[in-house]
Amino acid sequence: MTTEFRRFRGTPGYLTSDALESAVNCALALEKPLLVKGEPGTGKTLLAEAISAAFEAPLITWHVKSTTRAQDGLYVYDTVARLYDSRFGDGDVRDIRRYIKFGPVGEAFRADRRVVLLIDEVDKADLEFPNDLLHELDRMRFRVGETGDDVVARQRPIVIITSNNEKDLPDAFLRRCVFHFIDFPDQELMRRIVAVHHPGLDAALLEQCLSVFYEVRGMQRMRKRPSTSELVDWIAVLQRAGITSVKLDRELPFLGALLKKEQDLAAFADQLSGGRKFRS
Amino acid sequence: MIVPFLYALRRRKLPVGAQEAVNLARALSLGLHESSLEGFYEVARALLVHSEQHLDDFDIAFAEHFRGVTFDAVKITEEIRGWLEEVQKLRELTEEEKASIEALDLDELQRLFEQRLKEQTSRHDGGNRWIGTGGTSPFGRGGYHPTGMRVGPAGGGGGGAVKSADARRYKGYRTDVVLDLRQIEVALRRLRAFTREGYPDELDIEGTIDATAKNAGELDVVVRPQRRPDTRVLLIMDVGGSMEPYADAVSQVFSAAKRATHWKELRTFYFHNCVYGRVYRTDHFADPIGVHELLRVTSPKYKLIFLGDALMAPYELLATSADQPGNPPTSGLHWLSVLREHFPHSVWLNPEAPRGWSGNTIEAVRSVFPMFHLTVDGLTEAVQELTRRR
Repeated sequence: MTTEFRRFRGTPGYLTSDALESAVNCALALEKPLLVKGEPGTGKTLLAEAISAAFEAPLITWHVKSTTRAQDGLYVYDTVARLYDSRFGDGDVRDIRRYIKFGPVGEAFRADRRVVLLIDEVDKADLEFPNDLLHELDRMRFRVGETGDDVVARQRPIVIITSNNEKDLPDAFLRRCVFHFIDFPDQELMRRIVAVHHPGLDAALLEQCLSVFYEVRGMQRMRKRPSTSELVDWIAVLQRAGITSVKLDRELPFLGALLKKEQDLAAFADQLSGGRKFRS
Repeated sequence: MIVPFLYALRRRKLPVGAQEAVNLARALSLGLHESSLEGFYEVARALLVHSEQHLDDFDIAFAEHFRGVTFDAVKITEEIRGWLEEVQKLRELTEEEKASIEALDLDELQRLFEQRLKEQTSRHDGGNRWIGTGGTSPFGRGGYHPTGMRVGPAGGGGGGAVKSADARRYKGYRTDVVLDLRQIEVALRRLRAFTREGYPDELDIEGTIDATAKNAGELDVVVRPQRRPDTRVLLIMDVGGSMEPYADAVSQVFSAAKRATHWKELRTFYFHNCVYGRVYRTDHFADPIGVHELLRVTSPKYKLIFLGDALMAPYELLATSADQPGNPPTSGLHWLSVLREHFPHSVWLNPEAPRGWSGNTIEAVRSVFPMFHLTVDGLTEAVQELTRRR
């Protein structure tokens, strides 16, 4: 009864949890998009790269911006190029197909092998954006209006969608996705994650860094709490600078790698000096 | 075991329906849960929960439901297989029949599922015993003692699913929404206008055709700036005191407004009870800005939205006092009129129900601002009022 399919077990460079593996495998088995949410810097985008590496499937990324329309992901009809060509007599302007430029979704459908399609930060776009893609992602096909051609996915791509929670996504969209919320890693997992990025890091320094890091994360009034990627960067800077020990005080080296907001730096300094200043 | 769990989730307001049930059934029949309760927990969570705000409710329901359950993985799979047969049958129906099945109400669905469940129990009584002797599932994964915790070697992760569900790590993500945030966003979305300003980088097809035709067929490409949002919104909110019960609804509107990307600018200010000469930039009434200063920096093009219950002691609205020594004394109502005159596009959103809008200070405020009830419908009307041309 059990249908065999290759399961995702993480990669040497990307550590997963049981829950994450389970969600990925559900998405693979049920052929549904996987919606990944979580704090910035917890590796949502990297997950797609890891899946791409694990299945040796090329990764096609679609970075969604506030101006992105669903249509851009399917195809764009380059009218200007065609007009110019008709004016200057370059190429065959009767062949409209030459001026259809496929977007990431179009490319993923047209690929002759299975690909991983990453729709990154889907919440950046307009409220209606996810709804506009429902049909295409469900049926894995769309029509090019200008030529009447149907683009049908030859191999159903693995679709990974990330969201930073800037906007709520429509229910109809959510129902079609497998959902996973990436937890912030606990100290144990974090130790392994850092070890992947910085093999051979001095154990004492690692412990100090982690303790400082979780201390800073636990502080009140942080607008943007530092996350995994900040920690990894921070340790990289510390190593470059040849620093061998850190402790939590006002002179914390390269604090800027951990805290990115001015208010957070102020809050940090304030808390270390007893936190009396802003009490109301 | 599974269907009652789905209903337990529904009782906790998780939006799970037939679609989720079928997905879960498919996943389990594919063996994705690897015949363990932990596996089932992960799979169910991935498929039944659509938003982190529901994770906490899921964990509570899971812990309640599966506490003390000797998890019988084989039976689950069989049960699921039964459902799947059902699905197979449905697939062979005609379009009309499909439509009518999709229209099945939940009670009907529950009845069908329960009936199926009964059949399954009677058929697999023997299987229970068989499982019982081994104490583990035949798939060789961990066994469970009656409290649903793992015994024996725990491979990876550690801890039973009930235990991790019990930990309730997602408490912080609850929202318990009164007004649906997305509904508010959709209502506010109508409050927008676009202009074309800035660098011309978009092809104007109509213009190009016109220009090319006028140019005797010589191609003349016309470009124009992209459409950009041009709505500026001023949100002034009453906080504290009688507004406390509505804090949730107010913060919903506030976060919806904050997240709106279709506005050019959003400015928020706070006041308590009524505006007297100044409003505050923070909800702790710090960092004040005088009303006249506010009017100086905001053009009448701003859309002004007041959010408050407009309930106060009458003297708070009508008594005159000088906002600064030396200035002529003015009443709260006067300050409201000043704002209303400056901003032709302005509304007042009131969380109080409209039946309580007369015979008190609300009536006086209503004489100055068009007032709308703070519901999705009221918000929609308010947005219509704000976008009306004058």
